[in-house]
Amino acid sequence: MSDNQQMPGGEALVKSLEHEGVDVVFGYPGGAILPVYDPIIDSSIRHVLVRHEQGAGHMAEGYAHATGRPGVAMVTSGPGATNVVTPLADAFLDSVPMVCITGQVPYAAIGTDAFQECDTTGITMAVTKHNFLVTEAQDIPRIIHEAFHIATTGRPGPVLVDIPKDIVDPTNPRSAMTWYTATDADMELPGYHPVTEGDPELIRQAAEMIRDAERPVLYVGGGVLKARAADALRELAEMVQIPVVTTLMARGAFPDSHELNLGMPGMHGNYSAVTAMQKSDLLISLGARFDDRVTGKLDGFAPEAKIIHVDIDPAELGKVRRANVGIQGDCRLVIEGLNHAIRELGGTAVQADRSAWRSTVSGWQEKFPLTYEQSAPGDKLKPQFVIEQLRDGNPSDTIVASGVGQHQMYASQWWEFDHPYTWINSGGLGTMGFSIPAAIGAKAGMPERRVWAVDGDGCFQMTAQELVTASVENIPIKVALLNNSYLGMVRQWQEMFYEERYSEVYLQERVPDYIKWAEAMGCAAIRVESPEEVGPAIEKANEIDDRPVVVEFVTDARENVFPMVPSGATNSEVVVDPSQQHLLEDES
Amino acid sequence: MSADRFHTIVTTVENKPGVLARVAGLFSRRGFNIESLAVAPTDDDRFSRITFTVDVESAPLEQVVKQLNKLINVVEIRELPPEDSVSRELMLVTVSADAGHRKELMEIIEEWRAFVLADNSKQIMLSFSARTARLDEFEECLRPFGIAELQRTGRVALPALD
Ligand SMILES: Cc1ncc(C[n+]2csc(CCOP(=O)(O)OP(=O)(O)O)c2C)c(N)n1
Ligand SMILES: [Mg+2]
Repeated sequence: MSDNQQMPGGEALVKSLEHEGVDVVFGYPGGAILPVYDPIIDSSIRHVLVRHEQGAGHMAEGYAHATGRPGVAMVTSGPGATNVVTPLADAFLDSVPMVCITGQVPYAAIGTDAFQECDTTGITMAVTKHNFLVTEAQDIPRIIHEAFHIATTGRPGPVLVDIPKDIVDPTNPRSAMTWYTATDADMELPGYHPVTEGDPELIRQAAEMIRDAERPVLYVGGGVLKARAADALRELAEMVQIPVVTTLMARGAFPDSHELNLGMPGMHGNYSAVTAMQKSDLLISLGARFDDRVTGKLDGFAPEAKIIHVDIDPAELGKVRRANVGIQGDCRLVIEGLNHAIRELGGTAVQADRSAWRSTVSGWQEKFPLTYEQSAPGDKLKPQFVIEQLRDGNPSDTIVASGVGQHQMYASQWWEFDHPYTWINSGGLGTMGFSIPAAIGAKAGMPERRVWAVDGDGCFQMTAQELVTASVENIPIKVALLNNSYLGMVRQWQEMFYEERYSEVYLQERVPDYIKWAEAMGCAAIRVESPEEVGPAIEKANEIDDRPVVVEFVTDARENVFPMVPSGATNSEVVVDPSQQHLLEDES
Repeated sequence: MSADRFHTIVTTVENKPGVLARVAGLFSRRGFNIESLAVAPTDDDRFSRITFTVDVESAPLEQVVKQLNKLINVVEIRELPPEDSVSRELMLVTVSADAGHRKELMEIIEEWRAFVLADNSKQIMLSFSARTARLDEFEECLRPFGIAELQRTGRVALPALD
C-alpha cells in the first residue's frame, strides 16, 4: 500500500492491522463497527465469526498464549464492548498481549446516550494496560501501531482501541484520511519507555547470592514464558543445580520430566514444591509475582528466604514481598546476564554445597508424590486417571487449554509439560469458560498442532457455543469434558470448610445431554464411563480431524484436589492426600 | 495531622481527555487515599501537571509512584518530600464582618497578610496563600467570626532551590 493514498478510515484500520502482521481476527459485527466489516471482505486477514464476544476475547488470548503474537478481537459498541470486558480483565491479570477493537457511536453522539452507546474506554480503563478513543481518521495508523507496541512490549497486556463510526464510515466526510505506514517514529508515547536490560551491578549481586545459597529455589512465573526465556532458564538451573518450581502460569517453562523440576507450587502445588519454597534460604523469583495462591498466608511464607526478584514491571518489585535484590528487566536478558555473571564468579565450581538440600528435596519427592486412589469397580472415573490417559495418549507438544476448577488443577498436576507454550489457562482471573475459546484461538494460530481443551461441566456450559464457531470455521479442537455433575471446586470448599453443606453446586446428572449438544454443534461426541474405555476413546478422538470432538468423561464428584493449602493458612500447613497424611507427622 | 505523613507528588501528564480519570481511577482501585489534588496546564500545552498529596501511612509511597508510572499518559513523576520542597495552597474565604467584630477581624487580616477581595460591610471575602498548615491555623482564627463559605485549592509545590 503506497503512502499518501486517500482512503476512508475503515480501510485504513484494516490495512493497519495487516501492516502489524495480523493474520486472524476473532470478532462479531454490529452497527457501530459495520464500516470496518466491509473492507474485511477484501483483506488477507482471516476473520473468525464467534458466537459470543467473550469467545472472541478468549480466542485472542489463546492465540497469543500459543503463538506469542498479539491476539486481536473486534466487536461492536455497547453490548459488544461490555461482552469483552471479562477477557480483557483476564488478559490484564495474566499479562496476555492482545488488541481489542471496539466500534463506538459517531463522535458527535458520544455522551448523548445514543443507541448502543457505552463509555467503553471508561469501563475498560481498569482492565486494560491502556486504551484509546480515536477521534480523527488520520490518527488510525499511528494509534493502531501504538496499540500493538504497548500490548507487546514491557509487561504485555490488553490494549483497547475504541473507534467512533463516523471516522470509519466512507459515507461520512470525517472518515477521509491519507494513508501512511506508521512506524515507531510516528508514535507519540512520551510516557512509555519499558526497561528491558537489567542493572549489571544488581545481576552481579544476585549471582553472588546464588553462589552462596545453601537451600535455593528457582521460583519461575509466567514472565519467563512471556520473555521466551525457557532456554536461558534451563542453562541457569543446570549450571547451578537449583530445583525449579513452575507456577500455574509457567507450566512448561521448564520441563516437568527434568530431575530438577519440583512441579507447581501454591494452593494445589506439589508437596515438595510448596515445602522447598517454604524451607528455602533463597528464592530466585523470575517473572513471578508472589500471588496469594502461591504464597498462602503471607506472613508465614518462606520465612527464612532471601529474595531475588526479577520482573519487567518495576511495580511488582516489593509489591508483596520485599526483595533483597530486585532487578527490573526482561527475564530472558536478565537470566542470560545471570548465567554470564555466575560463570564470571567461577561457575559450577564455586557454588555452595547443596548436596544436603538436594537430598532433602528428593526425600520429599519420594515421600509425597502426587497420588490418587484408582476407582473401585463400578465407581465413576477418577479425573486424575483421565488426565493421565490423555497425557499418555498424546504427543508431548500437544497444547492443553484448561477451564477453571478442579479439572484445571488435575490438568496442571497430572499432565507432563515438557515444552513451553503447551499449557494455556486462566490463572489470575480464574475465568470459567476460558478453555474452549482459548483452545480455538490456539488452534487457529497453530493449525498443525493438536489442541485439547480440558473442561469442566460448569465451564462447558458457559462458552460451549463456541464449538459452533469451531465446527463452522473448521478449527478441529478436541474437548475432554470432565463431567462430575458439580461445580466441583466449590463443592470441595463446601465439603472441607462448610461442614459438607452443599449449596448450589449440583449441576444435574443427565441434563444437558452433552452428546446431543455436541452433535448439534457439529462435533463428534463420545461418552466414556468406565476406565477401560478411556484410552480407546482418546485414540478415536485423535483420529477425527475434520471436526471438533467432545469426549465426555463421567467422573467421580467425591474426588478432591490434593495437596491443598487451606485458604488463610500458611504453606507449612499443607494438607496432602489422605493416604499420605500420616507421613506428615515425621516432618517438622 | 502530622505534616510529614503527607508527601507531595508532582506528575507531568499528557494533556489528553480522560487522563485525570485514569489517575483518579488508579488511586481508588489501589486503595490509595489522596489528601488533596490540583490540576492545571503547564507552560507547555502538550502537558498538564497534577499535584497531589498522599497520606504515606495509607499506602506505601513507592507503590503509589510505581503504579502511577505504569499509566501510559504519565510522563514524569517527582516526589517532593516536605524538607526539600516549597509548597503553597490558596484559600478563598468569606467571613461575617458585622460592626461589632469588624475591628478585631481587620487586625487578624492585617497580621496574617491576607488580601481583602470584596467587602459589603456584612461580609468580607479574603484570599490567603501559605503552607497548608498555616491555612489550617488561619482557618481556626477566622472560625469564631463565622465562616460563610470557604474553598481551598489543594497544595502545589516545587523543589526547593539549592
Ligand atoms: C465466571 C466464574 N464464575 C464463578 C467462578 C467460581 N468457581 C470457581 S471453580 C467453579 C466450579 C467450576 O465447575 P466445573 O467447570 O464443573 O469444574 P470442576 O471444579 O467441577 O472441575 C466455580 C463456580 C469462576 N471461577 N468463574
Ligand atoms: Mg464439574
